[in-house]
Formats: sequence, structure tokens, C-alpha cells
Amino acid sequence: MNEPGLRDIWVYLSTSPLLGLTITLVAYGLAYRLYLRADSNPLANPVVTSVAMLIGLLLLTGTSYSDYFEGGQFVHFLLGPATVALAVPLYQQFSRLRQLWLPVTISLVCGVLIAAGSSIGLAWMLGGSTEIQMSLAPKSATAPVAMGISEKIGGLPSLTAVLVVITGITGAVLGTKLFEWIRVKDDTAKGIAMGVAAHGIGTARAFQVSSQMGAFSGLAMALSAFATALIVPWLVDWMQALF
Amino acid sequence: MQFLNGITLLLVYQLVGEVTVRLAGVPIPGPVLGMVMLFITLWIRGQAPESVEQASSALLSHLSLLFVPAGVGMMAHFNRIADEWIPITFALLLSTVITMVATALIMQLTTRWLVKPGAATEEQGHE
Repeated sequence: MNEPGLRDIWVYLSTSPLLGLTITLVAYGLAYRLYLRADSNPLANPVVTSVAMLIGLLLLTGTSYSDYFEGGQFVHFLLGPATVALAVPLYQQFSRLRQLWLPVTISLVCGVLIAAGSSIGLAWMLGGSTEIQMSLAPKSATAPVAMGISEKIGGLPSLTAVLVVITGITGAVLGTKLFEWIRVKDDTAKGIAMGVAAHGIGTARAFQVSSQMGAFSGLAMALSAFATALIVPWLVDWMQALF
Repeated sequence: MQFLNGITLLLVYQLVGEVTVRLAGVPIPGPVLGMVMLFITLWIRGQAPESVEQASSALLSHLSLLFVPAGVGMMAHFNRIADEWIPITFALLLSTVITMVATALIMQLTTRWLVKPGAATEEQGHE
């Protein structure tokens, strides 16, 4: 095969979704194997390692993110049906949820207020621009919700998507250690905290700990998506009026 | 066929959710509404069909994979992140830790105060 032939193949591949989709799955497969090899240590979170591998690969080959996303979008799209699928574990935990609806409601509203309020407040104190503050505000909600809110309050939706992923990773990596330190042992409390603070990535981690923690994390993630959409724009107005 | 039926049903609920959200102009995402509608359906039926259970556990067992493409989007924002890395890093880390700790403690305390002991048994099967 001669040089131009190879280049033609590359030109074809870099504009077809096939390559982006394949490298996403291969990178995740490798990252997941690494995670199992590391005894499911949260520091080896497969999202972190696969994102790092993919960014490295794209930078090395000079491929743009939008070319990669041609393929990546097929995986990204599944976030929708996966959100719908959360109804199943939720339904399976329904009897327990019925007993706990009041504590769950209170924790959820407080959690959403703390997540948004503290990120705006901290970013403001550390000299972050308004755009950054607004992009951070919905970071604990799941990606599609957070992006919608970010746009509404004057943030950058695509930056918010990234901050949402980093938030989820942070929560998934630190969560179990934090719960140990503050001596929270109940899986329902741990699950609710994971879902409120770290949405889907936290929920994925919670399912690895126990199915009850996973179900409550999924529940908290779904409900906090609602709560964030309702509370955060109002909180932003209120904070801006105050300062 | 079971799995295909399950996936189809999930997509139908998402589609109905998206359409409803757009028609009604509600500020919540379509999939979240779809989830609520599926939950209500399961509740009314009194059980989750095998097909939906299969499709749901297939999607949820590798939930974190689905966030990878958005995470790679970080490379499109390197400049922005480099410019304001201090507020971004610290606000994000601290806020996530504070939220996680506060929510877990609030949930634990309110459960103790508001739920009759015995009604919700504290299951501590592991670690």
C-alpha cells in the first residue's frame, strides 16, 4: 500500500462515525479491565482512564473533538434511554421509598440548594467569571438537564457538560471514603448523597457497592434533575439580587 | 426478542417524554419525564416485565461508559479551563465534597427523626 492510499483511508475514517464509536468502546473496555485489575479502586475509575486515553489519542493524531463526536454521539445518545431505564430499579425499591419519602424530599431539596449555592459562591470568592459561575451552578445534575439550565442562566452549555462529568468522577472517586469518615453506613443515605452530588457517574459507582445504594442513587439523580431545573434559575436570580 | 422489546419500550417512553416536554413547554428533560411515566406504568401494572428488566440492567450495568464522549469534550475547552483553573478546580472539588457530606448527613438525621424505627430497618449487610 502506498502513502496516498493510507492517507485516503485515514481521511475516510476520520470523517466516518465508525472510528469514533470503535475507539470509545475499545478505550472503555481497556479502562474497565484496568479498573478490575486495580481491585475496583475508585481512583482507577474507568471514565477517567478512558477519557484520558481518548484525549491523548485525539491529540496525537490531530483529530478534532467534533470529528470524534461523529462516532461518540452514538454512545452519548444512550444516556436518554438509560435515564428512562432508571424507572426499573426505582420501582424495585418502591416499598422502601414509600417509607422514606419525607427524609428523601428534605435531603434532596437541601442537597440541590447546597450544590448550586456552594459552587456559585466558591467560584465567585475565588475570582471566577460570571460565565464560569453559571456553568458550574448546575454541575451536580445529569448532563442533559445541566446543559439546559446552564444555557438558561448564562453559562456555556458545552463547558457545563464537561464540568458535569468531572463532578461525577469526583463524587464517584471520593464518595465511599467520605461516607466512611463521616460514619454514614446506611446504603439509602449513601445512595441519596451520591445521586444528588454526582448524578449518573456516582450512580454507576453506587451500583458497584450495592443494588440498594444504586437504586437510591438513581432515584436521587432523577429527582434532583427535576429539583435542579426548578430551583437553580430561581436561586441564581436571588443570589444576583443579593450581591 | 425480549431485549429488543425492552429497548423499544424504553425508546418509546423517551420519545413520548420528549414530545410532551416540548408541547407543554416544561423545563425538564424528556428522558426524565419518560422515566417518571415508565415508573407510573410499572406501578399500575404491579410488576416489571422481563423484557424491560433485561434492557434496563443492560444499559445501567455500564452507565459510566455513556459519559465518556462528553468527558472527552474537555479537550475542546482546554483554553477556558487553563484561564480559570483555580476557581473551576476548587469550586468544583469543594462544592462536590460539601454537597455529598451534607446530603448524606441530612438524610441520615432526617431518617432517624422522621421515620419510625422498625418501619425502615437499617440494613447494613456489608462494610
